[in-house]
Amino acid sequence: MSVFDTVQRVVGNRLSLILIGAMLLVLPLLMTSSFQMRLAVVVWVYAMAAIGLNLLMGFAGQVSLGHAGFFGIGAYSVALGPSQLGLSPALSLPAGIAFCGLLALLLGRPILKLKGHYLAVATLGLGMLIFMILSNEVELTGGPDGMRVPRVVIMGWKVKGTETWYWITGIALLISVWLALNLINSPTGLALRAIHDSEVAASVLGVDVARYKLIVFVISACFASAAGGLLALYNGHITPGVSDFLVSVQLVTMVVLGGMGSVGGSLVGAALIIILPQFLTVMHEYEHAFLGLIMILTMVFMRSGIVPSISKAIRSRRHDSNS
Amino acid sequence: MTAILETDGLSISFGGLKALDNVNLSVRPGEILSVIGPNGAGKTTLFNLISGVYKPRSGKVLLEGQDVTGQSPDKLAGRGLTRTFQNLQVFQTMTALENVMVARHLHEKRNVLAHLLALPSVRRQREETRKRAMECLARVGMEHYADQTADSLPYGALKRLEIARALALVPKVLLLDEPAAGCNPRETEEIDEIISKIAAEGMAVVLVEHDMRLVMKISNHILVLNFGKKLAEGNAATIAADPHVIEAYLGLEGDEGEAGAVAE
Ligand SMILES: Nc1ncnc2c1ncn2[C@@H]1O[C@H](COP(=O)(O)OP(=O)(O)O)[C@@H](O)[C@H]1O
Ligand SMILES: [Mg+2]
Repeated sequence: MSVFDTVQRVVGNRLSLILIGAMLLVLPLLMTSSFQMRLAVVVWVYAMAAIGLNLLMGFAGQVSLGHAGFFGIGAYSVALGPSQLGLSPALSLPAGIAFCGLLALLLGRPILKLKGHYLAVATLGLGMLIFMILSNEVELTGGPDGMRVPRVVIMGWKVKGTETWYWITGIALLISVWLALNLINSPTGLALRAIHDSEVAASVLGVDVARYKLIVFVISACFASAAGGLLALYNGHITPGVSDFLVSVQLVTMVVLGGMGSVGGSLVGAALIIILPQFLTVMHEYEHAFLGLIMILTMVFMRSGIVPSISKAIRSRRHDSNS
Repeated sequence: MTAILETDGLSISFGGLKALDNVNLSVRPGEILSVIGPNGAGKTTLFNLISGVYKPRSGKVLLEGQDVTGQSPDKLAGRGLTRTFQNLQVFQTMTALENVMVARHLHEKRNVLAHLLALPSVRRQREETRKRAMECLARVGMEHYADQTADSLPYGALKRLEIARALALVPKVLLLDEPAAGCNPRETEEIDEIISKIAAEGMAVVLVEHDMRLVMKISNHILVLNFGKKLAEGNAATIAADPHVIEAYLGLEGDEGEAGAVAE
């Protein structure tokens, strides 16, 4: 088992990237409609946000029920950047990410002093606050009707079409996975895991607990805003619904269902939460009930989430056949 | 040599209870100071105050002559003070090696951007950290446990893992809270050797321990607490002969083995 673990640690990172890369390449060959490709774009984007949230929840052990707020800020920044500041849409994306990171830095400081349920409620409030601002500042954001997002133009090339966005968001997803895995396997990742397991032990060993919580909060907010920005650029239109509380809940569900602390799990979780409802529409009014049932069953039978549970099962089978 | 760690009138109360009342102590580099006393005497509370886990209501903590009262545990770790825990605080989901690697934190470059981008320097540093952590595991005889997750290790190993972790910080002052509790005689013997060795290298050790044989053997100085107050202080012989100590503490704990050890 220890040999297998060591091998996995060495190739694990690269392997996940190769697997996801291969999936990105193969999927379009299997798709039969542009609707499926559309769905894939949405999955990649939500997966990015979920991976960021997983860094906060699965590694540092801090919950956020307000991440849709950051998602929404990213989305609106690519609309507001051009309309308010005259920035190009392409430049508005990084500007929005930077703004969101700064906001998370300022708000995270007081909020992250809270623990457990209190932190959950405070982040919930933060998300709702952002939603209210986006809905109510009608002059700026167009209110509930939303805003148009101008097309990205790069050196005269108009970036449009679902297939183009499939590749853009796919590459963005790959980069997100790469960054997340790098962080997890760095001293920062180790410090975050230490905080998760025992804050007091981490701190007497020199880990500045408050600082690391803040760092990962900011990073996860940046992931969410990047995802929101990409979704808005792809859709060409944005409404306050992107920052709705339900989106925050969806993101948390993706993380937990896929597996806390598993980057691949967040991708699987995002795929499930986005794609499953499409299949379930045949069940008409029972759609939501059925989705709920699936979530309950997954949590009961795969407590640690889909990906960790499956990989553990595979590992123990391998272990049995080796011995 | 002057004291590296001193406390001056350290006090704290929980509700109406004076858990610690005006406690003074001082340790010099290379010295082992043992703090003993019955359960609930305030020994762990003393460690919590010194290590910054709790803030004292009054009194001072001086580290290398500087007032560090009320500083956070990570700041104090940066100044060279760390501790272990009576009720284990290992990182359960990590391997033994990773547990120790956490304690190399302050010796590493902590540039988050470099970590996100996995720059080559980060990888090189990782190897160095791994090597150092492995050395610390070896010092407590745990190198063969390196890749096992902490939650699969036996209790005695976890006790030593906490010591290895503390050593990886390369502290100047180390507070050990009952490192031999729950360990068998052979494990206790090993812990005795480890502590003596690290003190011999110049580290100041403050030891809370119930095993009287161990305490009497390795301490340069002993402080006895009872109900949060100093009851007695001195070297092993003085303490063993002190009638207050025998009455308040040793009499309470008084099983044959421990009483015998004191009488030696
Ligand atoms: N966080 C706390 N809250 C309330 N009471 C505490 C706390 N920590 C310690 N105490 C009390 O302080 C006294 C000393 O406890 P402690 O320092 O753990 O004793 P020892 O380590 O000597 O056995 C005990 O009566 C204990 O119940
Ligand atoms: Mg105690």
